[in-house]
Parts: sequence; structure tokens; C-alpha cells
Amino acid sequence: MEIDPFIFRLSIFILSIFIGYYVVWSVTPSLHTPLMSVTNAISSVIIVGAIIAALAGNNENIFNESSIFGFLAIILAAVNIFGGFLVTQRMLAMYKKKKK
Amino acid sequence: MISTNLLALFYLVSGVLFILALRGLSSPETSRQGNFFGILGMSIAVIVTFLSIGNFSTSFIYVVLFLLIGGGVGAFIAFKIPMTAMPELVAGFHSLVGLAAVFVAISAFLNPEAFNLGASGNIKLASLIEMSIGAAVGAVTFSGSIIAFLKLRGIMSGAPITFTGQHVLNLFILISIIGLTYFLCVSQSPNLFWTLIVISFLVGILLIIPIGGADMPVVISMLNSYSGWAAAGIGFTLENTALIITGALVGSSGAILSYIMCKGMNRSFFSVILGGFGGTDHISKSDSKEQKPVKSGNSDDAAFLMKNASSVIIVPGYGMAVAQAQHALREMVDTLKKNGIKVSYAIHPVAGRMPGHMNVLLAEANVPYDEVFELEEINNDFSNCDVAYVIGANDVTNPVAKTDPQSPIYGMPILDVEKAKSVLFVKRSLSPGYAGVDNDLFYRENTLMLFADAKKMTEDIIKSF
Repeated sequence: MEIDPFIFRLSIFILSIFIGYYVVWSVTPSLHTPLMSVTNAISSVIIVGAIIAALAGNNENIFNESSIFGFLAIILAAVNIFGGFLVTQRMLAMYKKKKK
Repeated sequence: MISTNLLALFYLVSGVLFILALRGLSSPETSRQGNFFGILGMSIAVIVTFLSIGNFSTSFIYVVLFLLIGGGVGAFIAFKIPMTAMPELVAGFHSLVGLAAVFVAISAFLNPEAFNLGASGNIKLASLIEMSIGAAVGAVTFSGSIIAFLKLRGIMSGAPITFTGQHVLNLFILISIIGLTYFLCVSQSPNLFWTLIVISFLVGILLIIPIGGADMPVVISMLNSYSGWAAAGIGFTLENTALIITGALVGSSGAILSYIMCKGMNRSFFSVILGGFGGTDHISKSDSKEQKPVKSGNSDDAAFLMKNASSVIIVPGYGMAVAQAQHALREMVDTLKKNGIKVSYAIHPVAGRMPGHMNVLLAEANVPYDEVFELEEINNDFSNCDVAYVIGANDVTNPVAKTDPQSPIYGMPILDVEKAKSVLFVKRSLSPGYAGVDNDLFYRENTLMLFADAKKMTEDIIKSF
């Protein structure tokens, strides 16, 4: 019997939780705020779903009832992606070592 | 057009780059490179999605346009936001992830053909369940984050809002969500789908309103985690590896941060969720203590004590951020260092309104990160230090947490400030902190209270030096 592809995705999901667990515990506490802003930015990779949804409309009717939600989601996710990565960049640039 | 297999491989690459982005945060030196990996991963995911659809028609132009509009707004916010407002910003960003998840789920429900999920009205069962989970968690994240945002911004009072039957109501709603999902899967009715989303919005609101201002670090971390699970739910629906990996990473990251914050306050995650902490109900306890003698001093006394010290530990808290005193503080420390005094900073895990908030504020004021220490690293040093300068922190220094089992903060790990030879405590009045508990430290023999605004007092000390 063939394995359902869902099982593969579930495996990826479970293994990623474990990777996340170990990677995040090794994040230094002084960088917890940048951690939150960067996780926020990367979770906006949901934009790929929004793009597929937005482009599903046909040429005569670009904004149909389903693609309009895709377009709205693109805006929201884009705010997050640019905002999240840039604010993280801005914060990380401030962390400096003692000048000797 | 690129093949589905190749596309999946590229999404896997994105996922790996996101893991490296988080890995980079294990030290400030590697963190900037980590952020670059994150940006690279995101760019790959977006570009291959465009290539896979290959529909470079008028719609495509609109997609790029909307992307740039959103990106412009995001970039503008990122450059303008003051560092003190990071908690609000992060809460606001979480709400956007949540809402985007809801929108993508709606779009997939209305047009399942576009995502290969079957036909409208006859969506594959597994996809429908995943979609419902993604939409429900997304909606909870959205409305919960909005409430958190309003509380952090001060638009809404930070006091917990509780009413009788609250927990029963929440339980009832939770059961109704499970029921709704079941009937939705049976009937595929759009009305049930909409109802599910509306009720989930309501859950988000009900979940966050009873939680008080003191517990905000936990709330933000928790919502961070939810936004990850919402993304993972959508990832399963869209069969997208990058989204599944990212969702799992973000979900576990938020969960770990919530755990660290709860531990920092010695509170169980469950009691935070049930809410009601940080209200007015504990304040009456402090009445009996008001007559105790307190030693207070001015900036000259403080400067004198510090001048004769050989080591000073600074204990900053959220009050420092409110008074915008971080730059003045760094100047004061520069003066101390010029006089050959050893200075370090001690940060409690729950100082500030979100995990790591104090560290960012100090970094902004050009404090080198290797002078800033976490609770476990520095707590033993207090007994050897001459002066502890407490600025804007309160509950996290209260020795009652170690001695009085009746106290609401009993068992909370605290900074052993009282072991320093002298304690300088900058505060406007003797009012209790967030937890509503009177601070025993005020009345100690070795404590000198400096009643003033944190910024003004710090500046005055520099002048008196």
C-alpha cells in the first residue's frame, strides 16, 4: 500500500517542531525581541498562498470573490515581510561589542 | 513554468534558510547573517511561486503592485517605529499574519480548484479540516493580537476584564467550534464556514481581555506561537513545505518564549490564560505596611555613594523605557567608568513588556551587549557589589518573593539586589508595582530611595558627579 502524502507532510511538520525547539533554546535571551520580529517575518511566507489565490482569477475578471481575498492577504503579508525583516535588521545593527 | 517537484525542492530550500535565520540568533555576531538568510529564503519562495504559475497577465501586475504597496507600508513602519514601541509593533504584526491566514483560507474555500483541493462544495475532507483549523487559529490570532495591541498602546486599560461565567462561556465556545468544524465537513456549507470564522474572532477577544498588563510578555509570546500554528494549518491545506516548516518553527519558538516568561514570573501557563492577575485585588494587602520608615535621598547622596564604590550593578526595568532614561543612563555609566568603577547591567527575564525588550533598549543606547547579563549569570555578583542602581524595575527585585509564601509573587525568581552594600532605588513614589505587591526592599536598612523621574534623577547624578 502506498503512503498517503499527508503522512510525509506530517513527518516534516513534527520534525520541524523538534528543530524549532532545539534551535530556539539556543537563541541568546538578549536577542529574544529580534527573534519575535523575525519569526513574524518568516511566518508571512503565507504570501505564497495569497499569490496563488490572487492569480487564480481570469483576465476578464481579475478581482473575483476568491481572488480579492488573495490580493488583500498579499498586502497584509507584504507589510509583515518588509516590516519584520527591516525592523529586525535595524535592531540587530544596534548590538555592539565593547570597544577595547 | 517549473515542475511541481522542482517547486517543492525550492520551498524546502526556503524552509532550511528560515531554520538558519533562527540559528543565527544564537549570538549577536551571527545574527545579521541569519537575517540575510531569512530574506533570501523569502525571496526564493516568492519568486518560484511566480514562476510556477507562469500567468504573467494583468493579474500579475496587480499582484506586484499590491506587494509593493504592502512592502512600502511595512518598510515605513520599520524605520519609524521607536524601540520602546516594539511590543505593540510585534502584536500588530501578529494580527496581520492571523488575518492573512484567514483570507487565504477563505480564498481556498471559495475557489478550491485553484489549489487542487477538489471542487467548490466538494472539497477534500482532509483539506477542509486543515483549512478550518488554519482559519480558526488565524482568526483567534488576529483578534487576540488586536486586543493585545490596544492594551499595550494604552488605548485600552491594561486591567484584566473578568465577569462571572467567563470560563464556562469559553468552554462552551470551544465545544461549539469543534461541533461547527464537524458539521462543516459533513455539509460543506459556506454559512458554517463563515460562522466558524466569526466565532473564532470572538474567542480571540475573550481569550485576551481577562489577562492583565503584567502578563503581557506571556500574551505576546503566546500569540507569536498561534500565528505559527495558523501558518502551519494553511501550509497543510496548500501542501506547501515552506509554510509547514516555518509554521512549526514559529509555533515552537512562541511556545518556548511563553514558557520562559511564565517561569520568570513563577506562574503556570494555565493561570495566565485564565487571567485576572495584575488587577487591584492584591493592593489592599499593603495598607498595614505604610507606616514603616523609609530613607530617601537626592542626587548628591547617590553620586557620593557611587563615587566611593568600586563596582555598580544597574537593574533596569520597564519604568526606564517609559521615562526614556536609557540614554541618560548610559551617559551616567560612562562617567562611572571614567572614574574607574566597574559597571554591569542585570536583566530579569520579564523586565519590559516582551521577551528581550530591555536588551534592545540598552543596545539602542549604545550599551555594549557584553556588559549586559541575565539573571542566572549575575545574581551571585550582587553580594560583592557596592551599589545596585534600580531604575524602573520593581517586582523583580522584591525579596518578599523569597520569604513570604502568602505573597502573590512568592517563588518568582528575583534579582538579589538586597545583597548589595547599598541599593539606590529610583522611583516616583512608594506605590506598588504591576503585581500590586508592596516592595520590602524600600524599607531595608541599606536602601536609599530616590524619589524622582528616572531620566531626571539620572541626569542630576551625572551633574553631581
